[in-house]
Amino acid sequence: MSITHHIDTSTLMSFAAGSLGEALSAVTAAHLDMCAACRAELRLLDEIGSALVDDLAPSPLDSAPPTMQLRRLEAEVRAEAPAVARSGSDVPLPLQRFIGARLDDVSWSRLGIGVWQHRLRLSSKASGDLRLLRIAPGRAVPEHGHTGNEMTLVLKGAYSDALGTFRRGDLADLDEEIEHQPVADAQEGCICLVASDAPLRFKGLMGRLTQPFTRI
Amino acid sequence: MSDLLQRIADRGDAEAFRKLFLTFGPRVKAYMMRHGADAGKAEELAQETLLVVWRKAGLYSDDKGSAATWIFTIARNLRIDRLRREVPFQALPEGHQEEASSEALPDEALTARERQERVRAALATLPPDQHEVVTLSYLEGLSHSEIASRTGLALGTVKSRMRLAYQKIREAVEDLQ
Repeated sequence: MSITHHIDTSTLMSFAAGSLGEALSAVTAAHLDMCAACRAELRLLDEIGSALVDDLAPSPLDSAPPTMQLRRLEAEVRAEAPAVARSGSDVPLPLQRFIGARLDDVSWSRLGIGVWQHRLRLSSKASGDLRLLRIAPGRAVPEHGHTGNEMTLVLKGAYSDALGTFRRGDLADLDEEIEHQPVADAQEGCICLVASDAPLRFKGLMGRLTQPFTRI
Repeated sequence: MSDLLQRIADRGDAEAFRKLFLTFGPRVKAYMMRHGADAGKAEELAQETLLVVWRKAGLYSDDKGSAATWIFTIARNLRIDRLRREVPFQALPEGHQEEASSEALPDEALTARERQERVRAALATLPPDQHEVVTLSYLEGLSHSEIASRTGLALGTVKSRMRLAYQKIREAVEDLQ
């Protein structure tokens, strides 16, 4: 099963530049963890950043290089590198420290009929919205547009909308011009990670979805 | 430069670190100042970047790209953490061993250097309107919509200029792959 929907190059450029907000960056990093094609693209985008920094006029440092002989013990050894075991996990590595290694272990709160969510906490300075959504088989999310960017990454199951069918690893990178109405796969349903850089508008969507059940 | 990093990785070579520090420290400081840090803060962040390089050198190998690019990713992550005060989700190019091991070319280090030169050359020949959006993204830290309001361009134009710039630079390195 291969990934057919990828990150927009301009979004990936922002990510490489360190100019993409935290919520969108989280989804981007999770997709990259699953997608070798986008990792290859990121490599060149990192090289572009490096070349731009290389061309800056250097600002001389006031202090001399620290003496490192005494600091050898700080060095990390190569063998310690893989910090997290990947086997048996269906959660992309960048998300594991937030939600653990298994989607089965995520705690859900009910949002509406056939829809559950798990919100991920962002840094206090970050704007935007990041949450996991679990949609029951065959259930639709109400049609909505976006005032900002919205990115949706499928982690389990699949959904379909006017843009096609999105399966595990596929990413929808949408801006405000796109309206869509995702319907979860009839057999498996869908778990996806959704990020938005415009919290209020996303709330609007969730509001419509959940109004009878919760106060957001 | 990659060989200096390799020497730090292999045997904690303090002299190699000193050279690397003198080469990259002032560039990282300039990068941090471009992003709004004052001289003192930028100096501190440059020092810290190079200390991370020292500590993590064992994770570097030159088949993962040039030393300059690796150091850029460390500086960028530190900037996100300290100046944006957000969580940097960008991994250092150290995971995902599969690409490296499947094509362990002996001249990979040379290729990384040559790639870097081609990228620089291609950047220098970008049309000014494309160069501008790329620079605003990497060196001013602006998002797509911030670039749109800074330049008065439509959001879609900002994005398409970025895609065009990427495309041109990719063509310039393509025959190396």
